[in-house]
Amino acid sequence: MQQLSTRHLLGIKNLNQEDIQLIFETADSFKEVLNRPIKKVPSLRDITIANVFFENSTRTKLSFELAEKRLSADVVNFASGSSSVKKGETLIDTVNNILAMKVDMVVMRHSSPGAPHFLSRHIRANIVNAGDGTHEHPTQALLDAFSIREKLGDVAGKKVAIIGDILHSRVALSNIFCLQKLGAEVMVCGPATLLPKYIRDLGVQVEQEVFKALQWCDVANVLRIQLERQQIKYFPSLREYSLYYGVNKKLLNRLDKEIVIMHPGPINRGVELNSDVADSEHSIILQQVENGVAIRMAVLYLLAGLK
Amino acid sequence: MQKRLVLDQTQLSITISRFCHQLIENHDDFENTVLLGLQPRGALVLDRIIQRMQEIQQVSLRYGHLDATFHRDDFRRRDLPLKANETKIDFLIENKKVILVDDVLYKGRSVRAAMDAMIAFGRPQKVELMVLIDRKYTRDFPIKPDYFGRQVNTLESQYVSVEWQSQGYPEDAIWITEKEQ
Repeated sequence: MQQLSTRHLLGIKNLNQEDIQLIFETADSFKEVLNRPIKKVPSLRDITIANVFFENSTRTKLSFELAEKRLSADVVNFASGSSSVKKGETLIDTVNNILAMKVDMVVMRHSSPGAPHFLSRHIRANIVNAGDGTHEHPTQALLDAFSIREKLGDVAGKKVAIIGDILHSRVALSNIFCLQKLGAEVMVCGPATLLPKYIRDLGVQVEQEVFKALQWCDVANVLRIQLERQQIKYFPSLREYSLYYGVNKKLLNRLDKEIVIMHPGPINRGVELNSDVADSEHSIILQQVENGVAIRMAVLYLLAGLK
Repeated sequence: MQKRLVLDQTQLSITISRFCHQLIENHDDFENTVLLGLQPRGALVLDRIIQRMQEIQQVSLRYGHLDATFHRDDFRRRDLPLKANETKIDFLIENKKVILVDDVLYKGRSVRAAMDAMIAFGRPQKVELMVLIDRKYTRDFPIKPDYFGRQVNTLESQYVSVEWQSQGYPEDAIWITEKEQ
């Protein structure tokens, strides 16, 4: 069988289309496993995985941990808040100390872009990037594309609009890479202050009116406004953002077609997405969460299988 | 490449018919029995059995395809990981008699993995194993078939290939072939 072209999952940028297809096909099998009465397989029973989270996370951490446990791996968790990082330990020292306890894989989230790339050059374990600052969040992009494939049959040829805070979003960047590699057309939409200056260089369309973006697309991936990353005001108020960029039922009713709504969570209800859309039949937000476990199982399984 | 024919199309067809009659003899109306074909090649054998069974006797059979890739004991020990196939079992095997169907029984490791995978669908009352070819004296595990088409003596340097017309071969046949060095 084929194998991944890389020892680490640092970002979608390093993957090729065959890698992504292989991950999807493996995730199909794991999705079936997750629907069995006993949702566990013994594949990774001789592997220990450390979840090293230097930044807060609820669902990604939970999803990774569940994926690891479903694969029978031993799991250790590390949260920087309660660790020696606060005492001035360096990243390499922290991780090497964890690896000295015979850990085979590291799942890491860090607030600095490139942190997992840096680490991959210094340690032997396989590394999975669970989000590095505003850079990449590869497993989120994979599960988003996998969910589109599941809902619409294929990703190739589909039009996907990513709406919201593109500037601070690692989900946006990974999604753009992933969707383009799979042959989809991508548009980004948001207020000018939240669109990176050179975003067009990635080959995406740029739109500032949310209605036009919705009219254009088959799938709208609505992103969270990341207030924690905004040191300055990028827009006057949440209320104003919601008025101009919030996706609601009224807006969708004006379209002459049905589109699929996605959101990587957590949702700021009433800001970027209204409840009447988030809970509607157009939304596949909960399917995304379910697929997240299958995708992460596939990634861990394929990386562990490399010699 | 040296090739030796083990079963030709007619013989294979007779074996499949015999399997069906043995199953009917032992499992009556199949009320409490299910058949599981081991992916990928056991599923093809099972399909043939199901097809023949419908011609012989109109019984309602419960059957599915079981993939044991994630339960194998050679993960991380072989050069490339095996690709998983679809598991399609839309029933529970709790308290059922299960017949595992595969094409060739060799080391017994696939069957061990399959029994492990099977348990995710419940605790079976009894498990039987049906294989087209039993390669004698090659087992790594204490596993033996309840039903077999033909027992053969083989060397480590040989492999047994089962060819089906439905897979694009000129006709159904089972061969013993020398592995290429």
